[in-house]
Amino acid sequence: MKILVCISKAPDTTTKIAFTDNDTKFNESGVQYIVNPYDEWYALVRALELTENSGGNVTTITVGSAADEAIIRKALAIGANDAVRIDAVPEDAYYVAKQIASYAKDKNFDLIMCGKETIDYNGSQVGAMIAELLDMPYVSLATKLDVNNDTATLERDIQGGTEVIECKLPLVLSAAKGMAEQRIPNMRGIMAARTKPLTVIQPVEAPKLTAYKKFTLPPAKSACKMISPDNVEELVNLLHTEAKVI
Amino acid sequence: MILVFAETNGKISKAALEAASYGANLAKQNNTSCTLVTYGNNNDLNLFAKHGINKILQASALQNPDSAQLSKLVVAAAEKENASTIIFSHDLTGRAVAPRVAARLNAGLVSGAVALPEANTIKVNVFSGKAAAYVEVLSDKKVISVMPNSVGITTIDTSINIESFNPETGTAKVIVKETKKNEGEISLPEAELVVSGGRGLKGPENWGMIEELAKLLGAATACSRPVADIGWRPHHEHVGQTGIAIAPNLYIAIGISGAIQHLAGVNRSKVIVVINTDAEAPFFKAADYGIVGDAFEVVPKLIESVKKFKAAAN
Repeated sequence: MKILVCISKAPDTTTKIAFTDNDTKFNESGVQYIVNPYDEWYALVRALELTENSGGNVTTITVGSAADEAIIRKALAIGANDAVRIDAVPEDAYYVAKQIASYAKDKNFDLIMCGKETIDYNGSQVGAMIAELLDMPYVSLATKLDVNNDTATLERDIQGGTEVIECKLPLVLSAAKGMAEQRIPNMRGIMAARTKPLTVIQPVEAPKLTAYKKFTLPPAKSACKMISPDNVEELVNLLHTEAKVI
Repeated sequence: MILVFAETNGKISKAALEAASYGANLAKQNNTSCTLVTYGNNNDLNLFAKHGINKILQASALQNPDSAQLSKLVVAAAEKENASTIIFSHDLTGRAVAPRVAARLNAGLVSGAVALPEANTIKVNVFSGKAAAYVEVLSDKKVISVMPNSVGITTIDTSINIESFNPETGTAKVIVKETKKNEGEISLPEAELVVSGGRGLKGPENWGMIEELAKLLGAATACSRPVADIGWRPHHEHVGQTGIAIAPNLYIAIGISGAIQHLAGVNRSKVIVVINTDAEAPFFKAADYGIVGDAFEVVPKLIESVKKFKAAAN
């Protein structure tokens, strides 16, 4: 089985968010970048489990600059076989999807896996765009994935329950919590990652269809109103008369 | 012309009415009309006449479609109506179909819009709700998916035309084999009230009072990441940066310290109540109302108070 996992960098989950250049750019100073958790914990780890069980190859693909090679090496340390970096700045989802689709179109991947969304721009767009550009089926927010011969069985949470889905390969999907558990790379993996193939390719021509013009931080929250544990009725009263939520 | 896609299976959802309202308001802003495209056999589509929809295209022949078929349906409707902007809900289906339609039409997509366009940009939440961004679409055609529970439902009376519309959409490749219902539970992503527990509750056997409080309020139950990871509660209840992000009217956090990753999943809640033994818990900084106290004393009292309140309200 040949699996392509789309890996994107994201600021560490504890990053304090700030902006520069008149609030038009994310302030990267001091920011530690990680593999986007949805891409790593769920998509990549499940891809590795599937190939460990039944053979195959896991390739990661990243649209990003040379600075992104640290997170690509992390994905290789966790166990991906090889990696591709498309040397471009990932400013727009369509631009990124076009790059990945153009790389994947003649490579016969059985599965193309993405995380549910990145934890920075939260777009949730690239996976479905790749599917459309390659005329492939797509399942969003899968929480389970198994493959038997040429058929994938997936689960996902729907309103008030879960559904079980089947689809013949090839398939594009986005992975959500539940699909796999986070793996910490071991020393052998980290050593091996240094020599695993990381191919850099040039981007194809594609338009950018959106632009982030300005960022704002949420207004400071007014102070928390403290209520005595001996006066819980007051809380119910405030939720009804002041907050008007019950 | 503005086109809205909405699912109308069974009872028409709040998310569908929010997407319709957004489309109708946008049509008003641009002095144009608003068409809604849907599939299936719902007979209550006249409901949308209260929310500013002028025309409905109903693909009654389409049953259990996959995202590729829905993409073809919406693209065909957009061509027929000459739509300049297409609106989706940023829900499970919207997340799969909106990017497909955008890619097919070479249209820029803004996902998770929380307001109508203003000065050519659309506001969305970024960095898991820790900031907002204003996004400009550079293409002529635009696709916007609307964040559930963010834009509200507006009433605009119109008269509505319902047309049967069955373009060629191929066959479904993604097949739903089985649907399992979580009996009696309120669905967390759409819940208006949420009661959530963390490690402060000490063990899964103590969730009875969380469930009782939730049931009394008509709330969904949720939990923090450690609680889901050690298996006290199912994964689908985990709210936070790597679980699900929610935006209820009321979020009651019990025994949760409020790590930055947890806050990222709940900071769009309209009102936050925090109950924690530790007065220094970071969650109090993000809360509207707080009680410093032991959950095992405070929650039973809260249950009694809510019971009294409900009895008085009836």
